[in-house]
Amino acid sequence: MSMIVSSIGQGLLWAVLGVALFLTFRILNFPDMTVEGSFPLGASTAVTMITHGINPFAATLAAFFVGTIAGLITGLLYTKGKIPILLAGILVMTASLSINLRIMGSANISLLDQKSIFSIKILQHLPKYFDSVFLGFVIIVIITAGLIFFLQTELGQAFIATGDNPNMAQSIGIQTDRMTIMGLMLSNGLIALGGAVIAQNNGYADINMGIGIIVIALASIIIGEVVFGELTLNERLIAVIIGSILYRLVLLVVLRLGFSTNDVNLISAIVLAVAMILPQLRHALKLDKVIKKGVTTHE
Amino acid sequence: MSKPVFSLKNVVVTVGDGIQILKSINFDIYDGDFITVLGTNGAGKSTLFNAIAGNLAIASGEILHHNKNIAHETAVKRTDYLARVFQDPKMGTAPRMTVAENLLLAEKRGSKRTLRNRGLTQDKLTQYADITKVMGNNLDSHLNTATGDLSGGQRQALSFLMATRVKPELLLLDEHTAALDPKTSEQLMHATNDQVETHHLTALMITHNLADALKYGNRLIILNAGNIVLDVRDDEKQALDESQILKYFVS
Repeated sequence: MSMIVSSIGQGLLWAVLGVALFLTFRILNFPDMTVEGSFPLGASTAVTMITHGINPFAATLAAFFVGTIAGLITGLLYTKGKIPILLAGILVMTASLSINLRIMGSANISLLDQKSIFSIKILQHLPKYFDSVFLGFVIIVIITAGLIFFLQTELGQAFIATGDNPNMAQSIGIQTDRMTIMGLMLSNGLIALGGAVIAQNNGYADINMGIGIIVIALASIIIGEVVFGELTLNERLIAVIIGSILYRLVLLVVLRLGFSTNDVNLISAIVLAVAMILPQLRHALKLDKVIKKGVTTHE
Repeated sequence: MSKPVFSLKNVVVTVGDGIQILKSINFDIYDGDFITVLGTNGAGKSTLFNAIAGNLAIASGEILHHNKNIAHETAVKRTDYLARVFQDPKMGTAPRMTVAENLLLAEKRGSKRTLRNRGLTQDKLTQYADITKVMGNNLDSHLNTATGDLSGGQRQALSFLMATRVKPELLLLDEHTAALDPKTSEQLMHATNDQVETHHLTALMITHNLADALKYGNRLIILNAGNIVLDVRDDEKQALDESQILKYFVS
């Protein structure tokens, strides 16, 4: 039972990444590799600041801003430098490895005996693992509510249109470059914030903690889509959160089957691949219906 | 005649090693002009549109908007006063957004997009139902449909409405009915003409349909090999027939 609670907690904490990646992967329509750099960037920023005695909440917020800078650089390389988005992301991801080492001064820093956002009073009264569930829930609700609000504004709609049809967006006066950069900044800021929260939950920041992050974030997006199908935009954000929790539960089952935590990246990749192939399979299985449609008369 | 809204002065567009696609184009566009533009493939019609819209830099010359040279303004900046409908139905609308959402987006052309709520109210939907109804292709019953699920004709009608939602000082119609079947094409052409007349729009329309070029608009321009070979208006245009026009197509 406690493992299930733990998985739900982890799912809620990691959902931040899924929701953040949704902004670029689903709305702007491209895979942003920067996240593998901005995630540990947020972690190292927050953990280093905390070990220097800075308030954990301030440190977490600072991680967000550092993440937006990573997004800004990728955005500038892509829009102004005309570097393909995949490569722009990889460049910033690679560069941030060195930056992270500079920030931390070593390959990992422990938060042992340090205060973190998980040290606040109310969380201490909760049973084990419920602190992650509670804080994870509060954080993801705030972020999702903020995004839902943003996406329904004039600016948010211009952002969506940019990803949907950049030609059309420009033809009605939308500065698509600015929208793309803004999306990358917001997305990477949130990813870095996620990194800061997860590092505090783990109790340490590690230089390698970004590896495979994009796959985990994508898995929550895709699982949500496979499970729920057609949804409105706002509902899709909620689906990502549920997808993130489901992903953790799948992971729990797989680990129970005897796989070790060393296999997690392999399992993540397989889970994502399966989730992405499923719609194709479903489509293939519906073939008979398609054929039937082909012979009935319609306009 | 009053002052022109737009003036093209010696506009030259080149590609590659100085090959001139447009060779010193000169013409004035007056308020309320509905100009049909004819020409063979490669005559420079699309290039002319791209140059006016700012999607293509001009090599020399001036494009004047109320006597101000806009040749160096970006395409996005020019959308403050210019609107365009493309030939490809996929170009003009955001496929995953609904008809109403697309119209709402277009309503902000020329003004700042802020963190205010987009304001898709019931009043707006009623208003959109009214303006889409006049296009006569059932668009009004699809206000909450994603535009990707519409027919080509409905999408082009929507693109047209979006381009004119905020009245542009110049509307560029780039063969906007060419990708449609003859019946749908004719219907959209009718609707276009109605809208241009009702709202007193100033428009340039590229077409390959000689009959449309003669039937619609108060002025006709024929481009050939980068030059304007004919520019007639009103009575002179009325007097033209298809065989006379075809003479200008011979290079």
